[in-house]
Amino acid sequence: MHNNPSDLIVVDQLSKYYRVANKQPGFKGTLKHFFDRKTYDVSAVTDISFKISPGEVVGFLGANGAGKTTLLKMMCGLIHPSTGLVDVGGFSPQRRQTAFLNEITLVMGQKQQLIWDLPPMDSLYVNAAVYGLSDHEAKVRINELAEMLELGEELTRPVRKLSLGQRMKSEILAALLHKPSVLFLDEPTLGLDVNAQARVRSFLSEYNKRTGATILLTSHYMADITALCPRVICIHKGKLFYDGDLDSLANSLSTSREVKVELKNPCASEQFKKYGEIQDLNDRFVCLLVSRDKLTDVVSNLLTDFDIIDLEISDPPIDQLIGELFIKGEVN
Amino acid sequence: MLEYRIEIALWALSGVLPFIMFSLWSQNDVGNSFGLNDIGLARYFLSAFLVRQFSVVWVVFSFEEDSLSGRLSPYLLQPLHPLLRYVAAHLAEQATRLPFAIAIAITFFILNPSSFWLPSLPQLFLAYLSTHFAFTIAFLLQSLVAALCFWTEKSSALERLIFVPYLFLSGLLVPLSAFPSNVLKVAMLTPFPYLINFPAKILAGMPADIFNGFLAQILWISLLVPSVNLLWKLGVKRYTAMGA
Repeated sequence: MHNNPSDLIVVDQLSKYYRVANKQPGFKGTLKHFFDRKTYDVSAVTDISFKISPGEVVGFLGANGAGKTTLLKMMCGLIHPSTGLVDVGGFSPQRRQTAFLNEITLVMGQKQQLIWDLPPMDSLYVNAAVYGLSDHEAKVRINELAEMLELGEELTRPVRKLSLGQRMKSEILAALLHKPSVLFLDEPTLGLDVNAQARVRSFLSEYNKRTGATILLTSHYMADITALCPRVICIHKGKLFYDGDLDSLANSLSTSREVKVELKNPCASEQFKKYGEIQDLNDRFVCLLVSRDKLTDVVSNLLTDFDIIDLEISDPPIDQLIGELFIKGEVN
Repeated sequence: MLEYRIEIALWALSGVLPFIMFSLWSQNDVGNSFGLNDIGLARYFLSAFLVRQFSVVWVVFSFEEDSLSGRLSPYLLQPLHPLLRYVAAHLAEQATRLPFAIAIAITFFILNPSSFWLPSLPQLFLAYLSTHFAFTIAFLLQSLVAALCFWTEKSSALERLIFVPYLFLSGLLVPLSAFPSNVLKVAMLTPFPYLINFPAKILAGMPADIFNGFLAQILWISLLVPSVNLLWKLGVKRYTAMGA
């Protein structure tokens, strides 16, 4: 793979295998596991290649166990690849050189960097010392990020007394104190309520715009991906099977459109079967899934055949499409 | 935060094993067979207590928990060796122990006024230095076991392999002068006598082979630093960032 100077991250034929051993239940299984352990290799990531430019926000999509977190861990240098190459800004991440570590950050879950029994502020000053920031620099940076994250008094309360959302925002603050230019975020909104999720999303979007930082993110929440990531990389069973913009993915996945109709009078479901797949039928409301090539004809016929108050055409929700995609394991 | 204050006090009290041993040996009047009178015995065990307060190490337990819970992951991605974080935590704890250690020493002198002594400044300096070396050796020994977490996941179980000889050969239960000479010779080939017995003897003003003692401490540190480094480098390649 040829490295273009404009590429910040180059991943080339990357693979990761884990050696695992299964244990059967019970005492016999324990003895067998102790004396005659059978191990085998499990492939978490297989032969993945892609490039990422500076300032991009890329979402990694995949079902549980697909390999997206393993990929993220290899890119930030936390684990060593079995084969293949990762280059992040000219560094080999697994070597964890200081200059590389000063440029990146990783956020994984809500109980990572902050010292549990102390207020976040104490952990923030520890982090500032680790990254060689002066007290003044740290104070300015903390104030700036706290304002963006809407954090105030929470920073002086013990971490264990904070809500999940407050903890997550404090973790993000701790992770960004040293002004990293590459952010690796693994499920940054996991477990948060809808409002907290939205705040974290808007913060990340603003951070990207203000600093031009590159953001790589995994999430189970499609709202995170649709709000933040123009580009998505889909991983299925350790293999890359889509790398491109989200809209194109939606278009290639979505061979059908949703047609929602509000009728003047209720109708039986049999009357709609010939127009498309009935998704929902409730009194005067019907939702049909109609293939794109028949869409114009179907809409025209519906308007002719029924007394319609309102009609709406839309793409099926992206999370539904992605869910189907993971079940099928391929893009059309 | 009351529970944390109590926990700190309990930490300090948890190191009273030397006082229990002092009480045991002095009541059975066996101190003489160690070559120590009651005052000498009292000073030795108080010194052993103080040395233990500032050389106790628990890195293997913290490291194992952090490794299994995934907390090690962000530490590995910061420009600071993760083991230095644990060093900092130990030094902070030692500072917290200091007032409790002083209070316990004062109480000990009130109960045993005849054993009161003030070490000279050179003695205090040498005791301070040897205690820090003792802490360094203990820390490196446990770090060596902690690094096995990258292979075994449950390296705290292996810590017993160090703790048992430490208990018997460090001088925590009995001054090493009580050992038969051939056992003593073997014990002196291990790092354990330099963890309690050597610094405690300096602090208590007992005759100690200062030059050879420090030489042995420095040799053990010189041997353990590259061993920990090597094991760490090999182990961290196997890190799977579980729990994260």
